[in-house]
Amino acid sequence: MGSIFNLQQIVNGLQLGSIYALIALGYTMVYGIVRLINFAHGDFYMVGAYAAYGVFYLFNAFIGGGAPTAFIVLILAMAAGGAIATLANQIAYKPLRYKPKMSSLVTALGVSMFLEYFFSAFPLIGANPRGFPDLLPKVIYQVGPAAISNYFIIDVVVAAVLMAGLTLLIQRTRLGRAMRAVSQDKDASKLMGINVENIITWTFLIGGIFAGAAGLLAGMTYPRIDPYMGILPGLKAFIAAVLGGIGNVPGAMLGAYIMGLAETFANAWNSLLGAGIAFIILIIVLLVRPTGILGEKLADKI
Amino acid sequence: MGNLKLPRFTIAAVLFYVVIQALSLTGALNGYFMIIINMSLIYVILTVSLNLINGITGQFSLGHMGFAAVGAYVSGTITTLILKLSPDIAANYPIFILAIIAGGLCAAVVGLVIGFPSLRLKGDYLAIMTLGFGEIIRIILNNIDYVGGPRGLLGIPKFSNFTIIYVFTFLTVVLLRNLIQSSHGRAMLALRENEVAAELVGVDTTRYKVLGFIIGAFFSGIAGGLLAHLLQIAHPTQYGFYASALLLVYVYAGGMGSITGSIIAAFILTFLTQFLQLGLDSLTNLTGVTFGSEWKMVIYAVLIILIMLYRTEGLMGMKEAKILKIEEEKK
Repeated sequence: MGSIFNLQQIVNGLQLGSIYALIALGYTMVYGIVRLINFAHGDFYMVGAYAAYGVFYLFNAFIGGGAPTAFIVLILAMAAGGAIATLANQIAYKPLRYKPKMSSLVTALGVSMFLEYFFSAFPLIGANPRGFPDLLPKVIYQVGPAAISNYFIIDVVVAAVLMAGLTLLIQRTRLGRAMRAVSQDKDASKLMGINVENIITWTFLIGGIFAGAAGLLAGMTYPRIDPYMGILPGLKAFIAAVLGGIGNVPGAMLGAYIMGLAETFANAWNSLLGAGIAFIILIIVLLVRPTGILGEKLADKI
Repeated sequence: MGNLKLPRFTIAAVLFYVVIQALSLTGALNGYFMIIINMSLIYVILTVSLNLINGITGQFSLGHMGFAAVGAYVSGTITTLILKLSPDIAANYPIFILAIIAGGLCAAVVGLVIGFPSLRLKGDYLAIMTLGFGEIIRIILNNIDYVGGPRGLLGIPKFSNFTIIYVFTFLTVVLLRNLIQSSHGRAMLALRENEVAAELVGVDTTRYKVLGFIIGAFFSGIAGGLLAHLLQIAHPTQYGFYASALLLVYVYAGGMGSITGSIIAAFILTFLTQFLQLGLDSLTNLTGVTFGSEWKMVIYAVLIILIMLYRTEGLMGMKEAKILKIEEEKK
């Protein structure tokens, strides 16, 4: 038995962190713009995983496996995540935009319950866990003491590409500038001619797309999916977003990787600690620095 | 001091008890029905006590079932132990009552611990914080082998009956109603409306925030104890995040800050859950296609969304039924 801080654990932690990062980004973007903790976000991720599962079997039957199929599956899982997020926003969140904030929170819980139970009640899907197929043949490379699979590389690369794309989008495009403006001041943005509802829809769409991608990656890496798979990763990704500073995009990425590593190390040490570490981190962050690592201090408006 | 007499409500409560008890004894209400009524009453305690934290004091708890779990496990462990020493159920009723109260007190201590963060955090952050605490309680219970771990605490004696649950529910409603309509309650309401303004007019905001959590947690612990002794099991999953979230739905459906609303919502939603199950069962019999109990939760979820979309303030809003108001003294 070596130390728990060995290379293998770091690899596993980065892999988990990549998945958390993709979920956490959706949380943090939505929070940054509409100030809503979207509890259903973890379920968008579940929808992505199921979409990938269905699409894969469909394609495998007609076209066959291989890298092109895997790529198409990824795109369609992202599309499914984006679609469900946009739909949830249009149906459940939009009408409540200017009602008391806590009512949107309760609605988000309702949406989350709906997705989970609808998926487990729907005869074609069902509550029983399913094994996720191997999208690509698994290859394991031995790098020093650690075993690195091609799935690790896919997870990290897909997450990195998406995050780089998002950073470019936010920093360099008109849409990104509008998103930053809305997150700073909704009313002023409206006066500057920004269609705020439009920007919110885009935010949900992008968040959903990221969650969908995370769903596929998680299904592939930890090959077991069920309708309730989104609850815990959703909560943990949210905590990661809080840790990084909620509403802050680089913060969410940082927080997610810290969370992934912390959870992997804790799990290697003791499974009880592994299950509770996320919540312990949450409580410490909220008590010591509620704005998170990269978050800015907000003055109370009186 | 206001006038703390409550004749009309007491009379109504006694009448309700007599009617239900009579119907139950004559067999008009069968055992299944009595279980639903008992569950509804326990949910009244849970909903009203959560309403004190979320609706009256304006804080936000998403881990309310965590308090109930503490009450359930503490009282369940005590009574199980006692019953091993002397297996006479009837003689042990006083100990059962004490165990329930002990469970409530332990939950109150946890409420104190969770109440402190509320001094620094607001709204969303407080919601996640309480959620985190609730989950930690569940994870801890899941890992203590003495109380059964993931199997749950089994073999709890069946002490809860309609009379006991009813008395506890009645006391909870009356005590919380009196609290809310006392000067302490007004301070809590002021805190909800505007914390800064409340502080400026001399409300000790620190004290009332923590007090809200302690009292809410105490009653939640009581409800947890009663529930454990009704179902004869305490299981960590009963008290997880979803149970707490569901409770929040009860409070919102009834109306934030309205005890009347909480009572009505607890009854309607508990009955609805059961009737939906019956409906699904008969649908399964009729069509031959199995409709699982998941559909019940699907309908439930749709209902929550619809209530929030079309009646955001809940059934009662912030209003109270006249019967629950303390009559003003005539001068």
